[in-house]
Amino acid sequence: MSLLEFENVTLKFGGLTAVNDLSFEVQEGEVFAIVGPNGAGKSTVFNLISRFYDPFAGSIQFDGHDLLQVKSSGVAAYGVARTFQNIELFEHATVLQNLLVGRHRHRKTNLISEILFTRSARRQELDNREKVEEIIDFLDLQAFRDKMISGLPYGVRKVVEVARALATDPKLLLLDEPASGLSVEETTGMRWWIDDIRRQMGITVLMVEHDMGLVSGVSDRVLAMADGAELALGTPAEVQSHPAVIEAYLGKAS
Amino acid sequence: MRIVFKTGYMQDIRPWKDRYQLGLYLILLAVVVAAPWWLDEFYLGELTNVLIWAIAGLGLMILTGHTGQISLGHAAFLAFGCYANVILIEAGVPFLIAFPLAGILTGIAGVTVAIPALRLHGIYLAIFTMALSILMDDVIVLAEPITGGVAGKYLGGVEIFGHLVDRWATPDQFFWLVLIVAVLVTLGYINLLRAPLGRSFIAVRDSEVSAQAMGVDIAKTKTISFALSCAVTGWAGALMGLYAGAFNNETFSVLISIQLLMMVVIGGLGSIHGAFLGAVVIGFLPQFLSISKEYIGAVVGGSTVAIPGLEFGIFGVILIGFILFEPMGMYGRWLKIRTWFELFPFYRKDMFKRQKSYLKTERLR
Repeated sequence: MSLLEFENVTLKFGGLTAVNDLSFEVQEGEVFAIVGPNGAGKSTVFNLISRFYDPFAGSIQFDGHDLLQVKSSGVAAYGVARTFQNIELFEHATVLQNLLVGRHRHRKTNLISEILFTRSARRQELDNREKVEEIIDFLDLQAFRDKMISGLPYGVRKVVEVARALATDPKLLLLDEPASGLSVEETTGMRWWIDDIRRQMGITVLMVEHDMGLVSGVSDRVLAMADGAELALGTPAEVQSHPAVIEAYLGKAS
Repeated sequence: MRIVFKTGYMQDIRPWKDRYQLGLYLILLAVVVAAPWWLDEFYLGELTNVLIWAIAGLGLMILTGHTGQISLGHAAFLAFGCYANVILIEAGVPFLIAFPLAGILTGIAGVTVAIPALRLHGIYLAIFTMALSILMDDVIVLAEPITGGVAGKYLGGVEIFGHLVDRWATPDQFFWLVLIVAVLVTLGYINLLRAPLGRSFIAVRDSEVSAQAMGVDIAKTKTISFALSCAVTGWAGALMGLYAGAFNNETFSVLISIQLLMMVVIGGLGSIHGAFLGAVVIGFLPQFLSISKEYIGAVVGGSTVAIPGLEFGIFGVILIGFILFEPMGMYGRWLKIRTWFELFPFYRKDMFKRQKSYLKTERLR
C-alpha cells in the first residue's frame, strides 16, 4: 500500500520551475531515497510535504489524507516527521526539551490544566518522558540528555534532530541529507540507525542524500531527479547504472 | 561540588532540583513574607514597587524572553489593566472580581493586537508595538468620559473582605497583596514552562520552521503567548495603579515600555529569575542614584545639583554594558558564577560560549 503519493506535482518560483510534473509513490515500510545534483528540487519535495510551499498543480496524498488541505503544523498530526538539511534545533534548550517538543502533537492537556499542572498534565509529562527515553536509548544520547544544543558538536546535533523527529512517533520519517557533514564512521552509524528505524520501529523512511554508499546501503528504491523532474526510478543499482542519471552527473560522452 | 543524582523522571518534572534548592527558595519566601517586620515603611514601599515591576517583567518575559517576540508596547497593557481595574471598581465591582477580570480583559486586548502582529518579525514588531504604546496615550485622552482624560483618575485603597488595603494607610497589607499576586504568577509561569505549551513557546522562539514541522501551530502559539503576557502585564498595571494612587494618560508612557524591555534584558532573557533581578535594578536604581548623589555632594562639598535625564543615561550605560559583555543578563552571570564554584577548579572560560550557528543559508525565513 502506498503511504505517500505525489501526483503530477508542479511548483514554480516566478519563472523557475522547481518541481516539474513529478509523480512517485512511497510504499509503506520501505526506505525511499531521492538523489540528484544540486538544485534538482530534492529539498523542495520535502518542503512541499511539510506544506511550506503550495504546489502550482498536482496533489499530495498521505495515508489517505489530502495533505494540501492542511497547513504545515497539521502535517505532523498525520504522522509525518522530518529533519532539516542545515539542522533546525531549538538552540537554547536542552536535548531533552527538544525531544519533548517532538511529543507536542500528542498533547491532550489545555492551557488551564497546564498552568495549574494538574494530575493529568503530570501524567502526560511522565508518559512523554518515558517515550522520549526510549528514543534516547535507541540513539545512544544518554550522555547529552541535559546538555544545551548550542554547546553540542555537529555530529550529535544531527542525531538529536533524528531523535526529535522519532519522538513524534511518526509513520513517515523525512530525512534531509542525514549524512551531510558526518565523518565516515558517523555515516556508518547513521546507516544502521536508518535500518533499525525501518525494521524495529516499522517507520517508512523517505530521504534525500548525496552519499551514494549510504543510499545504496539502506534504500529499497531510489528516485533520481534533475531540474525538478524524474530521471529514473528503481533499485539503487538500476538507478546508478541508468544512462540518464550518469549523464546528469557526468555529462554526455562526446 | 554538589551533584544531584537522578533516580526518577519526577525529579526533572518537579520545579526544584532537590530539597536543598527547595529549602533555599522557601527560606527566601519566608524572609520576604516577613518583610513588614524587618523593613521600615519607606523600604517596604520600594520593595512593593520592585515586586510590581517584577510581575510586569514576568509578563513581558513570556512574550519576549520565551516566545522571542519583542514588544515595545507593554506600557499600553499596563495602562489597560490599570484603567480596567479602576473603572470596574468604580462601577461597584468588588476588588477580588475586578482585579482578575482586569487581567483577563487585558489578555483579550492582547489577542486583538496579536492577530495583526502575527506576521511581523523583529524590528517591525518592535515598531508596531511601540506605535501601540504611543497610541494608548491618545486613546486615554480621547476616551475622557471613561478614563478621566488628562485629569486622570484617583483610587484610594481597595476593600478585601471588609479589610482596607491601601498603599499609604495599610502598607503591610498592600505588600502582601502584591506578594501573593507575584507568587501565583510565578508558580503559573513555572508550571507553564514544564508543560507542552511553554516548550512550544521556546520552539517558536528558536526555530519557527521546525516548530511547525513538529506540529506546533505558530499563529496559535504566538496568540496565546500574547494573551498570557498581556494578562500578567494587566495585573501588574492594576497594582501599579493602586501603588501610584493617582494616574493619568502620561503615567504609562512609551518610556515605561522601554524601561520594561531594558529590565528583562538586564535581568536575563528567557528566565524567570531574570524578571526579578531586572526589577531589582530598575526599582532600586533611582533611589541608589539619589542617595549616591547626596553622598558625592557631601564629599565634593558642592550642593547637589539635579541633572535632568541622569537616570535614563545611567540605565542606557548599564544596558549597553550588558549587551556587550553579558548578553545573558544578570541571571546568566549568576549561572556562570555558580558553575564556577560548583565545578571548582574545572571551570572553563568558554563553557557558556555560544557556538556560531551552522549554515543557515537555506532557512525559509
